[in-house]
Amino acid sequence: MAELEFRVAIRDALAEELERDPTVVFFGEDIAAAGGVFKATPDLYERFGPERVFDTPISELALAGAAFGAAVTGLRPVFEVMFGDFMGLAMDSLVNQAAKFWYISNEQGSVPLVVRSAVGGGGRFGAIHSQIHGTWFQGVPGLKIVCPSTPAEAKGLLKAAIRDDNPVIFLEHKRLYSVKGPAPQDGEVLPLGQARIARPGDDLTIVALGKNVSDALSAAEELAADGLSAEVIDLRCLRPLDIETVLESLSRTQRLLAVEEGPRTGGWATGLLGAITERGLHDLDDAWIIATAETPVPYSPTLEDAFMPDSAAIVAEVRERLGVPVG
Amino acid sequence: MASSETQAREGAEQSTRYLDAYSRMLLIRAFETAIHRLFLRGEVHGTTHLYAGQEASAVGVCMALEPDDYVAGTYRGHGHALAKGTTPEALAAEMLGRASGVCGGRAGSMNVIDLEHGLVGCFGIVGGSIGAALGAALSAKRQGRVAVAFFGDGATNQGYFHECLNMAAVQALPAVFVCENNLYGEFTPMAAVTAGGDIPGRARAFGMPSVSVDGNDVWAVEAAAREAVERARSGGGPTLIETRTYRHYGHSKSDPGAYRTPGELESWLERDPLRLTRERLLGEGVGEEQLAGLESAVEQQMAAAVEAALAAPYPDPGVEHASEFR
Repeated sequence: MAELEFRVAIRDALAEELERDPTVVFFGEDIAAAGGVFKATPDLYERFGPERVFDTPISELALAGAAFGAAVTGLRPVFEVMFGDFMGLAMDSLVNQAAKFWYISNEQGSVPLVVRSAVGGGGRFGAIHSQIHGTWFQGVPGLKIVCPSTPAEAKGLLKAAIRDDNPVIFLEHKRLYSVKGPAPQDGEVLPLGQARIARPGDDLTIVALGKNVSDALSAAEELAADGLSAEVIDLRCLRPLDIETVLESLSRTQRLLAVEEGPRTGGWATGLLGAITERGLHDLDDAWIIATAETPVPYSPTLEDAFMPDSAAIVAEVRERLGVPVG
Repeated sequence: MASSETQAREGAEQSTRYLDAYSRMLLIRAFETAIHRLFLRGEVHGTTHLYAGQEASAVGVCMALEPDDYVAGTYRGHGHALAKGTTPEALAAEMLGRASGVCGGRAGSMNVIDLEHGLVGCFGIVGGSIGAALGAALSAKRQGRVAVAFFGDGATNQGYFHECLNMAAVQALPAVFVCENNLYGEFTPMAAVTAGGDIPGRARAFGMPSVSVDGNDVWAVEAAAREAVERARSGGGPTLIETRTYRHYGHSKSDPGAYRTPGELESWLERDPLRLTRERLLGEGVGEEQLAGLESAVEQQMAAAVEAALAAPYPDPGVEHASEFR
């Protein structure tokens, strides 16, 4: 089976959509001539030219405003905010303009824009180049928030995000860029707002997002040797949040573990558990969360490694919580 | 002889254009007077920011635009919307929160959107219009159109102003940035919070042509706008126009304008843009009767618009089918 690298999946999705639809434009800092600081966007500038793919000033608010204004006047802009941590600078246009336009205009028009960013810890980038900003935006109606877990998912979800008529925040975990995986079928476009069962199981449902999906899959493999069958759900989107798939899984497993790279307070996992409790309490025997400490992401390798939820942490937590015999 | 006929015809066309402009300015004034009254009666909710006194800015700029050019306005945006073509009926109904409002009553006074007339939005955040116009200019460049941002002197201290003017200049986008300098950012005098005090100078620092005009003189505003729009449409890049003007009311409905210096309002009322326009039209030979006719027609139009808006139903939460996404 053909293999695809995550960063190439991003580039291919952009190239295919630029090719397919002349209204798609792509801009950001260092994305054109330099091909992106994570080398996720090489050759697009050469192939599509400066009218479609262009470098911009380091002005995140202007980029978001430009994308909003372009999207309501006939273009389908994709822009890159290099690190998710910089999204605070772009927030006004995304939250107060793009997210609200469809509703407050009384559905005169929508805002087909995508903002891509590299997110997440594990890269030794320190507190202000390692955050995952999805939860900053999760409470804003009108936004979609997408976070792929594999190269095939990245390609299919980015293509979907570009074709979507609503503003989409697209999170690319920086520890995934060099990951390789099976290539998707040609032209595959995945649905937004629909979670995916990444591994079926009977005893426990582990819900994860982005890089943590592979951690959960490794943990499930290890737990299988203990005789525990874990189902792994790749949430894919924080908004819309697919509660149905999780509820259906819980009706079979009765146990829920949500794994979040981010603080428990105000995180997506607490919201998910709240929604599950509201609608699925009768199916629940247990539900808990693995999240990060309530501190910024630390720099030192020893501190950062301990900070990040990983496969070993999931296995240890499950064994302790469920009393699974070790070995 | 042919040439004198042509001149006469052109002269008549010019008069008609400025009579239309006067009529549009009258409509904005009548609209704001009506909204002020309706606010005091509790029919307009929350807050509202009245445009009275600044009519020549919006009308003069929009005279230089085509119907499909883009405009982004501010939370003091009733004048921007009416100048671009939004009907007073739909706008008044929006202020009153009625289902027949231009945004179905979902937007209110500060956030009007009217895509049919090229109004990409009015923005409740100071400077938001500048970002929206920057983006509209990206589309406009492909479409042979022009994008205009209206904003106040206060917005020139926002990140939106500096970031977007820089990017528009670097990319030579077809944008016109219209700073309506009404001397106050909310309750605070512009001079107290604006280093250098020279707004066109700020644009010139980005290498952008920029000009300051009497914002109460619709002829001066239109001439500056026409030059800027032609530059934009022909690939010459963006322009900043500062229109020096004055708001007759306070910042919002909670502001009586106590900070004004004695005599300040009175001296600006002497230079009321409606008065200046009327006097000039009379001086150019337009008859008193014709002007009086226009004035009474606008009053009737506005009264009918308010009557229709007051009679329109509120949106019914029981039947409203709002969807989060398209």
